[in-house]
Amino acid sequence: MRAPAPAYATNLNDATVDAINAALGGAVMEARVRVGEVQLFAERDSIVETLTTLRDTPGLEYQQLMEMAGVDYPERPERFEVVYCLLSLTRNHRIQVHVSTDEVKPVPSVTGVWPVAGWLEREIYDMYGVLFAGNADLRRILTDYGFRGHPQRKDFPLTGFVELRYSEEEKRVVYQPVSLAQDFRTFDFTSPWEGAEYVLPGDEKGMLPQAKGAQTPLTADQIAKAGAAQSVATPPAASSEAYGKKDAQSTAETGAGKPGPDGGEPKPANPDVVPTKGGGQNQ
Amino acid sequence: MSDTVVTDTATIDPYVDQLLGKTDAADPTIGDVTIQNYTINFGPQHPAAHGVLRLVMELDGEIIERIDPHVGLLHRGTEKLIEYKTYAQAIPYFDRLDYCSPACMEHSFVLAIEKLLDLEVPIRAQYLRVFFAELTRISNHMLNLGSHVMDVGAMTPNLWMFEIREDCYGFLERATGARMHHNYFRPGGVHQDVPLKLLTDIADWLDTRLPRLFEDAISLVADNRIFKQRNVDIATVSRDDAIAWGFSGPMIRAAGIPWDIRKSQPYDVYDRMDFEIPVGTRGDCYDRFMVRVEEVRQSARIMKQCLAEMPEGPIASLDRKVVPPKRAEMKQSMEALIHHFKLYTEGYHVPAGEVYVATESPKGEFGVFLVADGTNKPYRCKIRPTAFSHLQAMDFMSRGHMLADTTAILGAMDIVFGECDR
Repeated sequence: MRAPAPAYATNLNDATVDAINAALGGAVMEARVRVGEVQLFAERDSIVETLTTLRDTPGLEYQQLMEMAGVDYPERPERFEVVYCLLSLTRNHRIQVHVSTDEVKPVPSVTGVWPVAGWLEREIYDMYGVLFAGNADLRRILTDYGFRGHPQRKDFPLTGFVELRYSEEEKRVVYQPVSLAQDFRTFDFTSPWEGAEYVLPGDEKGMLPQAKGAQTPLTADQIAKAGAAQSVATPPAASSEAYGKKDAQSTAETGAGKPGPDGGEPKPANPDVVPTKGGGQNQ
Repeated sequence: MSDTVVTDTATIDPYVDQLLGKTDAADPTIGDVTIQNYTINFGPQHPAAHGVLRLVMELDGEIIERIDPHVGLLHRGTEKLIEYKTYAQAIPYFDRLDYCSPACMEHSFVLAIEKLLDLEVPIRAQYLRVFFAELTRISNHMLNLGSHVMDVGAMTPNLWMFEIREDCYGFLERATGARMHHNYFRPGGVHQDVPLKLLTDIADWLDTRLPRLFEDAISLVADNRIFKQRNVDIATVSRDDAIAWGFSGPMIRAAGIPWDIRKSQPYDVYDRMDFEIPVGTRGDCYDRFMVRVEEVRQSARIMKQCLAEMPEGPIASLDRKVVPPKRAEMKQSMEALIHHFKLYTEGYHVPAGEVYVATESPKGEFGVFLVADGTNKPYRCKIRPTAFSHLQAMDFMSRGHMLADTTAILGAMDIVFGECDR
């Protein structure tokens, strides 16, 4: 580790993993060391016993619960992860304990082990909607009274759904659906050759086969829509009406584009003829 | 019991009254006033709440029975916003967390990114970070100590300590260009070097103006009888409680536990610094005050060591895939121009991983739990505010104390809501 990050007793990492496996055995799904930190993946239902063991076992002694973090991984079957960050004052060591859950399965509350967990669990409930069984005071904490939704979820938009303003008529602050003065803009500057998953306006033209003949001029309205809509715009079909004269030879009946008398067979290529760049225009 | 007739009116034994079910409320004697618990609302706009704190208090007369703090009135969704910004764009959000000690907020985030990148930082940059983190600590404690004494009735020390705070902001402006929101610490080092004149000016200030003003101001309150009456034995916290409630910083040190992340888990060049950790003996508001007073002196000591030992050299890593080149270089070199363009549009990619990095901010352990997924934006950035655990303990700390003690307890906690509510 060359970075000047807080240097706690990381030489204890491997010994800690061994001690955890010895003390907890089956309750631990995996204990590993990543980026110099010990990560412990525990069973949800036995989390209280696991954390009590981590606190009380001599040689582990994680006396303090410093932080609880929620993380949302929408692609997983159990989308939420709750991370307990523990600190041992006597061994000068830190550990992360990960537990996974979803919207309906409650995580047992650890308020009985550390009273500080009360507000930390409230925050995760507020931000993600994770339920904690046994927390006597599971109210929202950071969002407004009467707020709906869980804002830290990945499917919650950054702008939210409602906005607040003072209403002169009602003489109070009212909520109303959010209205943006301009579209919400995301700037993704990831390199296209390094796996960017977006289509720049105009890229869709490369996907379409070129239509025959001269391009029909686009109207300003169509150009404005081209950036937004990715669908293939069908050009208006050319009229076969011959300017009102029924007997006239219309351009549609010249046979252009029709198969020739030889049944549409292409001419065999002459190996002696080298096509020029100008396509014969200057000859 | 109501059918029991007591004829002997001479019986005034309270125990008998209790057996008979006679209470003062049901059977008041002349002169008794019926008192019942009532609930009052403290804040959200109150000068002693140090921001937007709402306390729902249940009082028995003037005695606090229960406190339910309501926080979140300054919630701005910082963590959500950071998920939509590149790593470099996210740093200014940290200045706006604890706006009384912005540099220390940046410190945790920058160290977390460097830990994931495994990025080496030049030694001068580490000294500069420690130097300005300690200057920020002094400025933070000036605000807290000053407002604490003001909350319990004294006026003058606050005015004198604001002089020092103004000096600190002047120095920070000369170094970073901004008084409060510095955006000075960057992954790989600091943004720019400091002029020599600034360092000599700070050295003079540390030797003359800071000790004079500060010791003068503290001499007015440290042994003052009224100040002690308002603080000694108010909201005592035992060692076990301090550990169970997740205390950190001056709060845990006042409870008698010599725990300081700068000392036990040193980051940057704190392992080269010679300083002491003050601890309290009783764990009351007075101890918390005096721990911070001593920390100011120790911070000045660390800053003097930085000035004496700081070497010359680069102030940011030379890894051009993370740290942008200097502007003059960018004007000359094609390669530097490409690096500049890529770093200020796309930014750098941080390898996937999960780290929890905590530093000793002036208010306690300020941590960042950073989940990177290998892109140029953080997947999740959970900020551990110091105030969350301290404010949660407000309920048990205030029980049995008078209403007027709330301001002393809050003042000694050092809460800033930008950080608490995020």
